[in-house]
Amino acid sequence: MLDLYSEGNSRLHTMKPGWKILGLAISGSLLFAVDNILFSIAFLAVTLALFAAAGLPLRRAWAQIRPVIWIFVLIMIAQALFNSWWVGLFVIIRFAVLLMLAGLLTLTTRSSEMIDGIEAGLRPLSRLGLRTRGISLAISLTLRFIPVLASVVREVREAQYARGLERNILALTIPAIVRTLKMSEDISDAIDARGF
Amino acid sequence: MIEIQNVSLTLDDRPVLRNISLSLSEQRIAIVGSNGSGKSSFARLLNGLRTPTEGSVRVDGLDTRKQARDIRRKVGFVFQNPDNQIVFPIVEEDVAFGLKNLGIPPDTRTEMARDILQRYGLSAHSKHPAHNLSGGQKQLLAIAGVLVMKPDYVVLDEPTTLLDLRNKLRISNAIDALEQAAIVVTHDLDLVKDFDRVLVFENGRVLADDVPNAALNRYVEAMLDA
Repeated sequence: MLDLYSEGNSRLHTMKPGWKILGLAISGSLLFAVDNILFSIAFLAVTLALFAAAGLPLRRAWAQIRPVIWIFVLIMIAQALFNSWWVGLFVIIRFAVLLMLAGLLTLTTRSSEMIDGIEAGLRPLSRLGLRTRGISLAISLTLRFIPVLASVVREVREAQYARGLERNILALTIPAIVRTLKMSEDISDAIDARGF
Repeated sequence: MIEIQNVSLTLDDRPVLRNISLSLSEQRIAIVGSNGSGKSSFARLLNGLRTPTEGSVRVDGLDTRKQARDIRRKVGFVFQNPDNQIVFPIVEEDVAFGLKNLGIPPDTRTEMARDILQRYGLSAHSKHPAHNLSGGQKQLLAIAGVLVMKPDYVVLDEPTTLLDLRNKLRISNAIDALEQAAIVVTHDLDLVKDFDRVLVFENGRVLADDVPNAALNRYVEAMLDA
């Protein structure tokens, strides 16, 4: 979601994010509610077909599960030892489909649309006093500041390396936290200044 | 017009501004001064981000203490570090953020965002993550995000401090082209030499208030004497 959006004009790209989020929630529930591996395999086929329908190559589907492939290996080993390899395969297919579907959502939905969708979904809760715009802003700030905070930590680390303090965890964390807190004051002012 | 009457500001028991009275009506006003002289705190008073401990700040008759929300729509604020001002991950979405706060419908805000990004040469980056932009492009994006809300005044807090020469010139040109009245806090004396008025701050007071040549000479003298 950080910058995963892939340009396109498919039905999935133009569909309202609320429907896609709802679809993901229902799909995830069904995947784990229906205890049948053939159903999960069929779901996998449908998911791959959705990638194709969105104009996304299958390597983009593979990219969703590649980072967790070692976890899948561990699951398979554990299941094979304590249960059966068949159950391991079943569990892995379920998780893989879920990850690919979640990836498909982020690949076909702009972050602003996603945030608007979440805000719209939460709107009924505003009657209970929940600040839904605040929640959606918090999500967008999280996405925005992941790379910024990473660069803050990198800069502090480089500065401490230059001083020979590469093994001192306090020398890294304290300046990074101080800079982050100072930055948060400015961000808060900036949000106010832009009429939020 | 922005009117500052007998304003003092104390932060954490430390006096930051001391009994300042000014009327700001020129199109281009610069605020210069040493580090810690109170310039940035003064700038934050102008759009109600800070309220004075004593005295009052009025923007076109509106009191920042009572009508801060209305004043923030009249007075745009560009921060020194654009990374602290850009709140959405994608360039176009960040520009649209202020418009959403103004209640502008999605289609119109997309159109307005695209127009202003084109004006600042950022169209090619409109769908890109903001963190991939250069420092100068981020500062231009921060300015675009403020100007798209069509404020009557723009306050810029050290907009060129973090930039190289080429990007300084780009920001300087962008400031020159502003239709709005601009109040610029800066250490970059070249940036302000053609301004209408320069205020020199020192120890929370206005040391000089004059045309650029006279005020900047006074500033340099004060720095050399210190």
